[in-house]
Amino acid sequence: MSVDALLVQFLNGLAGASTLFLLAVGLSLIFGVTRIVNFAHGSFYMLGIYIAYSLTARIGGSVLGFWGSVVLAALAVGLLGVIVECLLLRRIYRAPELFQLLATFALVLIARDAALAIWGPEDLLGPRAPGLKGAVEILGRQFPQYDLALIFIGPAVLGALWWMLTRTRFGVLIRAATEDREMVGALGVNQAWLFTAVFGLGTLLAGLGGALQGPREPANLGLDLMGIGDAFVVVVVGGMGSIPGAFLAALIIAEIKALCIAIGTVHVFGFDFSFSKLTLVVEFLVMAVVLIWKPLGLLGKPSAASRNSSAVEAPLAPPDKAAKIFGYAVLVLLLLLPVVGQMFPYAVVLMIDILVAVLFAASLHFIMGPGGMHSFGHAAYFGLGAYGAGLLMKQFSMPMEAALGLGPLLAAAGALLFGWFCVRLSGVYLAMLTLAFAQIVWSIAFQWDEVTGGSNGIIGLWPAEWLNQKAAYYYLTLALTVGGVLFLWRVLLAPFGYALRAGRDSPLRADAIGINVFNYQWMAFVLAGTVCGVAGSLFAFSKGTIAPDVIHVGRSIDGLVMVLLGGVQTLAGPVVGAALFTWLQDAVAREFQYWRAALGVAILLLVMVFPLGVAGSVKRLLRRREVAA
Amino acid sequence: MSLLEVNGLTKAFGGVRAVSEVGFTVEAGEILALIGPNGAGKSTCFNMLNGQLRPDSGSIKLGGVSTIGLKPRRVWRMGVGRTFQITATFGSMTVRENVQMALLSHRGRLKNLWVRAREQYVAEADALLARVGMREQAERPCSVLAYGDLKRLELAVALANAPKLLLMDEPTAGMAPKERIELMALTADIVKSDSIGVLFTEHDMDVVFRHASRMIVLNRGQLIAGGVPAEVRANPEVQRIYLGSRH
Repeated sequence: MSVDALLVQFLNGLAGASTLFLLAVGLSLIFGVTRIVNFAHGSFYMLGIYIAYSLTARIGGSVLGFWGSVVLAALAVGLLGVIVECLLLRRIYRAPELFQLLATFALVLIARDAALAIWGPEDLLGPRAPGLKGAVEILGRQFPQYDLALIFIGPAVLGALWWMLTRTRFGVLIRAATEDREMVGALGVNQAWLFTAVFGLGTLLAGLGGALQGPREPANLGLDLMGIGDAFVVVVVGGMGSIPGAFLAALIIAEIKALCIAIGTVHVFGFDFSFSKLTLVVEFLVMAVVLIWKPLGLLGKPSAASRNSSAVEAPLAPPDKAAKIFGYAVLVLLLLLPVVGQMFPYAVVLMIDILVAVLFAASLHFIMGPGGMHSFGHAAYFGLGAYGAGLLMKQFSMPMEAALGLGPLLAAAGALLFGWFCVRLSGVYLAMLTLAFAQIVWSIAFQWDEVTGGSNGIIGLWPAEWLNQKAAYYYLTLALTVGGVLFLWRVLLAPFGYALRAGRDSPLRADAIGINVFNYQWMAFVLAGTVCGVAGSLFAFSKGTIAPDVIHVGRSIDGLVMVLLGGVQTLAGPVVGAALFTWLQDAVAREFQYWRAALGVAILLLVMVFPLGVAGSVKRLLRRREVAA
Repeated sequence: MSLLEVNGLTKAFGGVRAVSEVGFTVEAGEILALIGPNGAGKSTCFNMLNGQLRPDSGSIKLGGVSTIGLKPRRVWRMGVGRTFQITATFGSMTVRENVQMALLSHRGRLKNLWVRAREQYVAEADALLARVGMREQAERPCSVLAYGDLKRLELAVALANAPKLLLMDEPTAGMAPKERIELMALTADIVKSDSIGVLFTEHDMDVVFRHASRMIVLNRGQLIAGGVPAEVRANPEVQRIYLGSRH
């Protein structure tokens, strides 16, 4: 590695830092003031790049036209943000954090399909910036002029924001609201206006970040989730709500990435270790290290406790007689399905998917609801279960039954390790760390070609002969899912489950009556991870193939949607939610191209109409009837 | 040997000595009131006694055994019950379940994954609730209780491990005057019959003079007086800094 190569990579890192900063700073700003974790931030970024593409295609030929397009695209995205804030977010500022997340996630789905409808599925690379098309020579190496410009744009935006925050009345209000927004409200500031303005500004910055990426990266439909992943990491590492923190974090992450590329492949202890492959996970490794060392991020400050907590849930009761009879009836129907359903062989296939989803969602609910730990990376344990089973079968030539039985142990081991770190944090920080670990697992599966098959995954995972018939595999899945769900419910009604809830309800009181909250949360994490691993192993043999997408962040989010859809405060919630979600996805996806947007609209309606989830709302309705009668 | 023996207890926050060289004892069967103006260091003192805060120096001995460096959950297992200034209970559970949690924990049965938690120690939980007059509300969700009832529930929870010492941080704050007298009378009865030692902080002087066996006065982190209520009331320094506005 030579000095000039290192310097060029250093400059690359600076350009990357500008990009990351612009992507993330709006998210931090919005969170600081409104306390909304805006999942759709990546979508605004994506729309910025698309809109800039369309504008530069028309007027981007001249220098003025190009930069005008960038500014117009940013303004358009900001305006869209203002509209979204007024129509949607205003209604949910008082809602529990998880519902805000769900609502903004619905926006992700809608924005994705809107982009698909307008711009189509192909990648679109915008024109290069006029006047900055070439490269400059630095120590004998070519460096793109445009990237050089980016290096200055990032700090310039930081400077402008800093000036605004410290020198203008608007900025002072933003800083005050970040410290304590109730206080700002009490002092007579019009909060509605402030929130709208901040949301508009934040989304404008995301749009600007996207528009500036146009000449470097093709606009594509995957940018939303990629963008939000990167933005979350930067914001969490820098400290939520801190703008200098976001810049510092962007700088550190981008430079470490660049350094990894510069180092390339290193020969250690007889192994070739490729540092450039690390670039896919390096930001998540940085985040994991920072969160363990500084749980509030590099420059984060503890924020005033939120005063809008969720409604306290009703005491957990074992199922009454009616619920039990209903449960048995459902079970009988499920047992009869392969017999009755011979006319519709697809019903059995779909039902296997639903059962696997139910087990996945129930295990997530276990830590999310009673445990109060909102995992954004539950797919990690699903994937570890699937890969565990697949590897045992393919690499260790185990019979399928043994692989299915032992595969989940890999998920258990993962949960044991990751849980130990995650349980130390809480709230959004915990959510982000779980996401980080899931991304690390994903990138290992994606990159370790020799073992995991890389992006192709593992193929040829077929069940043993006696399970070869779909009906037989269906019964196996049914038995394990019903068994797994009933086990989790049993645990929740047992002293262990109560101790878990005690730690969530009041850590202070729990500690004062001898409960080691950390241990209970950690063990719950492991238990949930193991059950989730069973779902993953079942999934592997039901499909015959597994690829890294079983660990993708999309699956983690599907799990969250399932649990929230059903209702996080009821035991039946995740079961209902998973069944409904999987069925809807299947039914709508086959009929309707824009099923994501349809799902998004459905979620928004749910959040507005059934804030307790489907099962939760039905339960409340039944209870009201009882009281009335 | 005293039930609780505190010597030279000191804690500073960033150069400010919140508690400085405080020492006192609590005997079994007595009610010791810790009084002092706001910011005198009472809560800091309490938080060191139950292990939430680690003192910078000094000793805390419970029945002759040091509790320094132990977490609240360990201190609790040594027989110290605690009620909080702002009640801390499990909102998603019923009144009875709150008490059952303490009983399950005391018997080391919380790790059980199989039995129904709500069916454990029902009679014992109800007996404890009856002692504080909460038996009728056993089935109610804890989240709907009136504040005074929450305070009584906390007392029942604190009694669940048959403690030797009760730490009560402003046990009657936020209650109506009649409720205050009732709750402290109840506490006094329990102390007498179970021979428990109680240390409590309180702003209501009526409550203090009526129920405390002895009292100690804290001001700016330092102990300035101690003795039976009549003595403390007569102490000119206490009158000056604490009761100054009234005398």
